[in-house]
Amino acid sequence: MNNQVYPEERIVITGIGLTAPNGNNLKEFRENLLAGKSGVQKFETRYVGKVLAGICDFDALKYQKKKELRRGTRVGSISIYCCREAFNDSGIDLESIDRSRVGVYLGVTEHGNVETENEIYNISKYNYDTKYWSHHHNPRTVANNPAGEVTLNMKITGPHYTIGAACAAGNMGVIQGLQMLRLGEVDIALAGGVSESIHTFGIFASFKSEGALAEHEDPTKASRPFDKNRNGIVCSEGGGVYVLERLSDALKREAKIYGEIVGYATNSDAFDFILPEPGRQAECIRLALKKAGLNPGDINILNAHATATQLGDIQECKAIRDVFGDEETVWINNTKSFIGHTMGAAGTLELSGNLPAFEDGLVHQTLNLDELDPDCYLKNIVCGQPKQLDRVDFIMNNSFGMFGINSVLIVKRYEN
Amino acid sequence: MTREDVRQAVIDILGDIAPDEDLSSIKDDLTLREQMDLDSMDFLDIVMELRKRFNVEVPESDYQELISMASCIKYLQPLLKDHQLAS
Repeated sequence: MNNQVYPEERIVITGIGLTAPNGNNLKEFRENLLAGKSGVQKFETRYVGKVLAGICDFDALKYQKKKELRRGTRVGSISIYCCREAFNDSGIDLESIDRSRVGVYLGVTEHGNVETENEIYNISKYNYDTKYWSHHHNPRTVANNPAGEVTLNMKITGPHYTIGAACAAGNMGVIQGLQMLRLGEVDIALAGGVSESIHTFGIFASFKSEGALAEHEDPTKASRPFDKNRNGIVCSEGGGVYVLERLSDALKREAKIYGEIVGYATNSDAFDFILPEPGRQAECIRLALKKAGLNPGDINILNAHATATQLGDIQECKAIRDVFGDEETVWINNTKSFIGHTMGAAGTLELSGNLPAFEDGLVHQTLNLDELDPDCYLKNIVCGQPKQLDRVDFIMNNSFGMFGINSVLIVKRYEN
Repeated sequence: MTREDVRQAVIDILGDIAPDEDLSSIKDDLTLREQMDLDSMDFLDIVMELRKRFNVEVPESDYQELISMASCIKYLQPLLKDHQLAS
């Protein structure tokens, strides 16, 4: 093996493609976050009935033929849309590069539930005779499906796989992409997270059984992290993908640079299937700060995981208080109050919505925080309206998931 | 089903599994693959749709009978003789 490795290379974000329940590109998404516009609406799902969800309305036919849509999965379409948009945004000409040097690394919370539920429903109409079970089921449900569909669509011949990481998956996709660039495995990483979870009734039913499914007569008020009257998660679909490159490559082609990933960390609670453990979360945050060579007070914007479950929010706030105390300069927001929980996409989407703050200095607000739960006290939660800062240098994003998987990313403003 | 009905039934199936194709100019004597973007998964879809719509089983040894529209009609007409085309 004579692979060149780049252990010290700085890794930068040079393209962003996304679809969120309130926006199908970064500009639209950011505008709606600053305007306080929610993306949560009423939704009807098999067996469970009327629920609330964040639904994306991107044009799937922008990059796919009808046959690809029929054959593939919803999350495959989300992935293709986001990867194509990210590539277009980066300015890299797909036709002129060596596509064996591009890697696709997509985080997923789960995969295959939607397609399996659909097939069981399908054969239920044939007295459960399995000869009516589709031959498409296997390719639709292999765990690499979302990333695999991207490679077929974009004719990328480098590595592709998904990273199963519960609700930390969006950050984990980015971490994986960064590591592969430093290892010299690829020159361009399409990295992020995706989710089609609202199309499985099981996720709604399971959160409901857990007492963690949000309900509200006004869908836009249902997702209310840190609020005293929060009552659970709003499930959403979405995707967020970055083009990541080594800084030297980005500079060579004079790329637009959204920011530099200067810190990351992931660890495990080793504590409980679903209940988060603040001690390990705080460790994860400190580890990311250490890797970035930063003190807690250096962070300007902290985007919290903030799912709006009763205990989850309290646990995370304990971890944040433990690390940040009453730091005056750290401003805290969350994105789930706008779009619900986009599961595998959450990390990347939520970070994306804050990246424009490097340019405009605005910290978007937290929606629906009418009465702060005293157990969720944090020094500087931005609510009511966006907060204008003089300058934003560092943004931190927390994403945590079941089985105590914790992930933290820190992005720095890029300056020559 | 008449010969034309069988042809229409196959066109209906192809329309669903290959929605991007223009099926109005399909020539019966040419192979379907020459005229359309069809792969092995698509042929399995044709077999599945015949099963679902008409309760017709096409064994693997007979898959070659589905190679062209003409061969489809010749093979399927006896199997579909008691069926009617759904309106």
